[in-house]
Amino acid sequence: MSDAEAHLPEHHSGLAHQFEDLEQQQESDFLGIWLFLVTEIMFFGGLFAAYAIYRFFYFAAFEGGSHILDARLGAANTAVLLGSSLTMALSVRSAQTGNRRALVVFLIATLILGGAFLGVKAYEYNQKFVEHVVPGLDWAPEGEVLARLAPGGVQHAELYFIFYFAMTGLHAIHMVIGMGLLIWLAIRGRKGDFTPHYFAPVEVVGLYWHFVDIVWIFLFPLLYLIGGRY
Amino acid sequence: MSHIVVPQKTYIYIFLTLIGLTALTTGVAYVDLGPFNTVVALAIAFSKMLLVILFFMNVRNSSGLIRIIIVAAFFWFALLIAFTMSDYRTRTWTPAPDSWSSAPPTHP
Repeated sequence: MSDAEAHLPEHHSGLAHQFEDLEQQQESDFLGIWLFLVTEIMFFGGLFAAYAIYRFFYFAAFEGGSHILDARLGAANTAVLLGSSLTMALSVRSAQTGNRRALVVFLIATLILGGAFLGVKAYEYNQKFVEHVVPGLDWAPEGEVLARLAPGGVQHAELYFIFYFAMTGLHAIHMVIGMGLLIWLAIRGRKGDFTPHYFAPVEVVGLYWHFVDIVWIFLFPLLYLIGGRY
Repeated sequence: MSHIVVPQKTYIYIFLTLIGLTALTTGVAYVDLGPFNTVVALAIAFSKMLLVILFFMNVRNSSGLIRIIIVAAFFWFALLIAFTMSDYRTRTWTPAPDSWSSAPPTHP
């Protein structure tokens, strides 16, 4: 034990007793978060597979449903989320370099960008109620919206919107959880819990946040840009 | 893996590339490429994913164990999509023999 202690960069309160040193603990942390992300790929993977099947069956309906969405809003929201990934990566970097102030600033910036994303999403969800294209709760498309959905079959377009709400909803839940974790990190970061030797929580939450970003990178073209908009 | 501090510049360049690709995928959607609209959209999304994984998630500097876990996950996902779609897409290619009593699953 005294041999192992000699290799410790410092005796840190963040080191759990089952690990030899912080480096071993960190590698274990990475392994854990990546295995969790693998289960998340399987979780979202099932939805993506179901989406692929029904999009193949009812392509015209999915295309019609897709054209109800505002592609420019979706693109803008993609940019907002990519920005939050940038600030998240910079948070981890600030923790690595021991810049406590920058760490907290970048974490809060990530939080704000995540909130902006959800704000736009909430506006879009509200639009769906205005257009009466919410399956189960308010499904009564009329006028121009109905004209766009009719070629593919209105009932099948309802299926598209079920996928739209299920996939973006599950994504939004992940965002809310991520934002909760960011608040926790910002509080701990402000207290000075993270040092260049111990910042695994920041990096682990960062990996989760980037994963959620990747899910959106695929959701955007799959939901907003079906079949082109020419 | 995390001992390497990546220059801030790198993250900003990657971010700008990602924004460029988002603009590209949105722009391409307004051009008629037939079935290739989907192909291009997915190719761009895949490139963006690679940039995020390699740079933002810093897998570039990660251990072989982590890499093999990621590759295995995507291999599993590829199997899921490939086997599922090879079933649904080919169901109607060959008609069922007349002697079969019940109707086969048909393309809706």
